[in-house]
Amino acid sequence: MKGIMSSLSTPPRKRVGPTSWVRGGGLSNLIFLLPTLVVFGVFSWYPIGRAVVMSLQQTNLVTAAQWVGLDNFRHVLTDPLLLTALRNTGYFALLALIFGYPIPLVLAVLMSEVRRARGLYSALAYLPVVVPPVVAVLLWKFFYDASPTGVFNTVLGWFGIGPYPWLQNESTAMPSLVLEATWAAAGGTVIIYLAALTAIPPELYDAASVDGASIWKKVWHVTLPQLRGVLLLTLILQLIGTSQVFLEPYLFTGGGPSNSTMTILLLIYNYAFGQSLGGDFGAATALSVMLAVVLGVLSAGYFRLTRSWAAS
Amino acid sequence: MRSTRKAAIVLLSTTLSIGMLAACSSNKPAKTASKDGKVKLTIVSLKPGSEKAAIDTFNEQVKQFEDANPNIDLVPKEYEWKATTFAAQLAGGTLPQVFTIPFTDGKTLIQRKQLADLTSQVKALPYSANFNPKVLDAAQDSSGNIYGIPYAAYGVGLQYNRTLFKQAGLDPDKPPTSWDEIRADAKLIAEKTGKAGYSEMTQNGTGGWMLTTLTYALGGRMEQSSGDKVTASLNNPQTKAALQKLHDMRWVDNSMGSNFLLDWGGINQAFAAGRIGMYMGGSDVYTSLVQQNKINPADYGLAALPLDSSSDAGILGGGTLAVVSAKASQAQKDAAVKWIDFYYMRKLTEQDAATLDAKTLADGKQPVGTPALPIFDKATLDKSNAWIASYINVPLAQMKSFTDGVFSQNLIAEPAKNTQELYGVLDPVVQAVLTNKNADIDKLLDKANSDVQTILDRS
Repeated sequence: MKGIMSSLSTPPRKRVGPTSWVRGGGLSNLIFLLPTLVVFGVFSWYPIGRAVVMSLQQTNLVTAAQWVGLDNFRHVLTDPLLLTALRNTGYFALLALIFGYPIPLVLAVLMSEVRRARGLYSALAYLPVVVPPVVAVLLWKFFYDASPTGVFNTVLGWFGIGPYPWLQNESTAMPSLVLEATWAAAGGTVIIYLAALTAIPPELYDAASVDGASIWKKVWHVTLPQLRGVLLLTLILQLIGTSQVFLEPYLFTGGGPSNSTMTILLLIYNYAFGQSLGGDFGAATALSVMLAVVLGVLSAGYFRLTRSWAAS
Repeated sequence: MRSTRKAAIVLLSTTLSIGMLAACSSNKPAKTASKDGKVKLTIVSLKPGSEKAAIDTFNEQVKQFEDANPNIDLVPKEYEWKATTFAAQLAGGTLPQVFTIPFTDGKTLIQRKQLADLTSQVKALPYSANFNPKVLDAAQDSSGNIYGIPYAAYGVGLQYNRTLFKQAGLDPDKPPTSWDEIRADAKLIAEKTGKAGYSEMTQNGTGGWMLTTLTYALGGRMEQSSGDKVTASLNNPQTKAALQKLHDMRWVDNSMGSNFLLDWGGINQAFAAGRIGMYMGGSDVYTSLVQQNKINPADYGLAALPLDSSSDAGILGGGTLAVVSAKASQAQKDAAVKWIDFYYMRKLTEQDAATLDAKTLADGKQPVGTPALPIFDKATLDKSNAWIASYINVPLAQMKSFTDGVFSQNLIAEPAKNTQELYGVLDPVVQAVLTNKNADIDKLLDKANSDVQTILDRS
């Protein structure tokens, strides 16, 4: 009955024969798409599919794999380190949100107000993005030297502050990572905001000036509402990015001291490659799959919630 | 924004690399012969970042072997055993066919059928009956089949910087002989030079490795066996005492410097740069300190590790096995054992080979005569040292305390089961003690003990 109803309610689909499909450009479309499909298929979709399969197996990739059902998921969910990693990742994301999110916006707004040498400021802001991330981390490792003769401690010492242990203490390690990550990432976001700022019609500012608005009021009533769409996008990108923080804890601290910078991605890496022999690829892929699902749901929910706000 | 892209790349590449490793690790038989009919064999060469002279010396030895064995084509690949990369290399099939592993991993790899059975080839070697049974055991399964050739053995010693000793007003020819002296000297070095008086490895499993060493030195053990059952005993009184020593040097004396996130490579680098007064390390580390860190030989000193008076106290010993991939063909296994015999073994057993090897190394300005423990017996070791005496270029006089003391010390093997995992669980414990003044040692060890017991039970 339902089938009849639906076939009645939808217009009959025009059947496309093979000849007309080819004449209509279907084949040439497919041929043009083929290289991309093959490349994505071989290097992206196949490994992703394989990883999902592996999350249900126990394998060291050398001997034959065994199906273990949901054992890997159970193992990961009962691992006490998972809670530590979740907490640390949440802490990193929170700190990055508090410090890392507004800074690029403030910089971009200030830079857009500059009349001269704006290019120079843009270049300076973008410079950290050009430095290869590994090089940047090694450089900051020197800065974070915890002895009184370390770079940061020397500078702070001039003002009678410190010395601080930076990476060598459970409570200061994570904020230190956020500081470097913010420095490294701010430039890219600043450029996006600057581009969005140029798209704001100058008439709006002129009108605000005529109405006697101060700079602060202009920012609040004109700039921020106009940037709303971009701000929402960078927020979700930042949330996704910070939930997957890996490079900084891996290179700076290896998850230490005492697991205080152990993040979810680092835990995944450790499952797979941390032990010389215990490559637990099943647990690694199980946690990867769970993370991907959570982030997917988070993103979908976020866009649904903010759709009306972003468009208005 | 970049962090987003970066993180996305990392997640994707982690997923991809795990997936692609799976794709790469097919069980195709290895290609046996090159086009010219020669047996092609990939072998490990030196650690990445080695000095050019060391690489030239190695290549010279490859040439000598190929000249003597014209039907074998060797392809050297740089290699360094690292806990963090070994599993991936093994899984991805990117290890050379002949590679080296620590004693620690021998049994597990044999059990997982990841090493080639070399019994017949090894038995054919003229010295096969002379191996120290305790040493050869690391390469054997329960039926006595042999899967690797032990070629180097070490005992942990106390590495110390003679220059910092002098600067602190200490006599570099009289290194500390008790842990109380180590503590006092470390404090003095820190006060007089501003450098770390004593330092400890803490990362990538090395924290657990060295805590186990210190526990052994005080007479404790990390695992207890009873029949087939192995029980974790990480919360033993000696480990607690060991952590308390570290805690006091760090927080009472402030003599351990400011970097507490060091792995093997990191601590060697800092030591060679003159930033560390003393640390525990394998007796063979001098070679790496020269080849990778360009240490000034005048700075170097090696002492026997002070032991507690208890009869259970001893030094942690280990070593390296040369092994062959399970995928190697019969011809490759034959060639591999020939190469292992030529490069790793003959210098231990034959005068001509020993002197040729020593001369080649000495000509390349590479270390000759770094202290080692016997693979066969002490008499063989003494004999081979006598053959190369004229080429020895390492400052042996500065290692006298170790070479005089080590042979009377009780040598104890690493914990037998789930060793690397046990070390991994202990890393955060050591880090906590060194970075948190109020760390609760008892609580940390109890938790680590139950974590290790879970791992032992699971396997």
